[in-house]
Amino acid sequence: MAQMTEIRWHGRGGQGAKTAAYLLAEAVMGDDAYIQAFPEYGPERMGAPVRAFVRISKTPIRMHCPVLSPDIVVVLDPTLMKAVDVTEGVPEDAVFIINSTEGPAEVRQQLGINTGRVYTVPALKIAMETIKRPIPNTVMLGAFAKATGLLDVDALKERVRAQLGSKLRPDVIQGNMDAIDRAAQEVQEG
Amino acid sequence: MSERILIEGNEAVALALKLIDPDVVAAYPITPATEVVQKFAEYVADGEVVTEFVAVESEHSAMSACIGASTAGGRVMTATSSQGLGLMWEMLYIAASLRRPITMAVANRALSGNINIHCDHSDTMGARDAGWIHLFSENTQEIFDNMIQAVRIAEHPDVRLPVMVCYDGFVISHAREVIESLSKEEVQSFVGKHKASLSLLDLEPKTVGPLDLQDYYFEHKRSQAEAYKAVPGVIEAVGQEFGKAFGRSYAQVEEYNMDGAEVALVALGSTNGTIKDVVDGMNESGKKVGLLKIRAFRPFPAELVRASLSKVKAVGVFDRSMTFGGWGNPLFTEIRSAMYGTSGNGCCCGPCIPILDRVYGLGGREISMAEIEQYADEVLAVAKGEQVELIDYIGVR
Amino acid sequence: MSKIRPDASWKELPEGGIIPEGGTSATFKTGDWRSERPVWNGESCIHCLTCWINCPDSSILVVDQKMTGIDYDHCKGCGICASVCPPKVNAITMVTE
Repeated sequence: MAQMTEIRWHGRGGQGAKTAAYLLAEAVMGDDAYIQAFPEYGPERMGAPVRAFVRISKTPIRMHCPVLSPDIVVVLDPTLMKAVDVTEGVPEDAVFIINSTEGPAEVRQQLGINTGRVYTVPALKIAMETIKRPIPNTVMLGAFAKATGLLDVDALKERVRAQLGSKLRPDVIQGNMDAIDRAAQEVQEG
Repeated sequence: MSERILIEGNEAVALALKLIDPDVVAAYPITPATEVVQKFAEYVADGEVVTEFVAVESEHSAMSACIGASTAGGRVMTATSSQGLGLMWEMLYIAASLRRPITMAVANRALSGNINIHCDHSDTMGARDAGWIHLFSENTQEIFDNMIQAVRIAEHPDVRLPVMVCYDGFVISHAREVIESLSKEEVQSFVGKHKASLSLLDLEPKTVGPLDLQDYYFEHKRSQAEAYKAVPGVIEAVGQEFGKAFGRSYAQVEEYNMDGAEVALVALGSTNGTIKDVVDGMNESGKKVGLLKIRAFRPFPAELVRASLSKVKAVGVFDRSMTFGGWGNPLFTEIRSAMYGTSGNGCCCGPCIPILDRVYGLGGREISMAEIEQYADEVLAVAKGEQVELIDYIGVR
Repeated sequence: MSKIRPDASWKELPEGGIIPEGGTSATFKTGDWRSERPVWNGESCIHCLTCWINCPDSSILVVDQKMTGIDYDHCKGCGICASVCPPKVNAITMVTE
């Protein structure tokens, strides 16, 4: 099996975990990458914990089984760290990107992990100040780009603009652009 | 020119429909095939197709309208799933009996009860005797390609039978994957212009679907049975022509790492992709496991299956549906039947190969690579003489 | 399309079980179903064509708006023609076969 990166998104119904997973998939696809992006469909409602998955590979992705051991975990809502086990199945060198007003050290303590890399970003605050709505997904994408280097921040912005352009007002699009920039600046590693 | 796009399974079906641009689509939305109808309705509303879209009030009406439109001489397509396919039941038989070349996408989903919206193959397996051609798709690319080939297979003058293109609900229907798309010109030139074998609009008097009692019904069924003999050759020819045109060839079955394999796994649909990765891993560690993927389930490619599986010492079948009270489940019974020779007395020619059946994934229960590997190990043990349960389950508590 | 024979094998039947021609019910003789036959009296008939309107098997033969007789190949002997014939005219009577 060729080298593949597996990403698990944790969100709450309505926060855009699926959209974020799809935007990431679009942004990293380029000319040669293979992608699989799929949400987990359960009986979820607005606010219920939901998960979405992305696989990225340089060779065609054949497997159609669940992502059990993600290399990267993105948490869109800090309260999820208490509600579900976001560390489930992750390897020692996993990368966590977490929406939290607290720093990496505090989050490590909360999750009970001392390996891997932990990144935090106050996504809700940034979203409220830029997009003016409590939707953290594009902020988290900005943090993801900066933290993982899997995609370029400018390429991400271009892709988000193309994806959301037809659906949202220009000021909301600009808000999303600002959100990505600020996320890239404010994400902390520890 | 082909273009790499990231697309959801259902959207890939809708895109194929758009590029085929059939005369009539009559469909009723149902999870997990809803987006096919939704997206295609958008294409119709935006004037991107010339298709007459019939928004019917049920799946029974959808298939009835398809049969009517096809009998009027049109190229006709639809999509459904699960209970929707169930509601079409009696019309499925009529479509096949009247030799209507209708193409239908089916997002495989469990049947109630209890109510479940997720993947298994119970819906299309229940319809396996209705007279349709069944093509299973491993991934999004295959759904897209199968939809386009299905038109050619269905409408081939030696065939003229309806085709259902099956793909795993949610696993494929709601996952985004990268596919190589085709242009409208490419698809149009491949499918060609529809030549109706029959038209109710040509003013030539005729009767379609008359009363057919003890005097002719049996002969009509016998003549229908003959039609399926031409199908394998057409599936292979269309699959090769598709490969020549677009670089991706298709056949009735696909052998994966079967050269020198000691045991073989057999499956339908998206699980094949996962099995391929498991097979690679096991081969690397010296375990001789191969895969026989079944793409065409109806007509069942018995001779190809026999030729392929006769080379191994044991076989492990994956069944994603059940035949309650039957001796083994749908794919298993086909495989076992195929493995008992075709000579006049139907005896078991050659070595008697143990064939296991494992039901998995009902109602969307996921199957992991570890579970697949464990089953493969079990089949390897059986090849060495170990005794295990012949018919059993994977992943049930 | 040649006529489909009653002893046709499956190889001779049209695809999809269709009947590729019209008016095939004319070849199906139902006349021998009769136990009573209508007998028409051309002398008393006033050609009102009430029998022609009511006959369920289109067995009243008419030429130039005049009744000319009864198609015994298809008449099943139901007696409707005799019953609707105006009583003063009484041009059709049922007799045992």
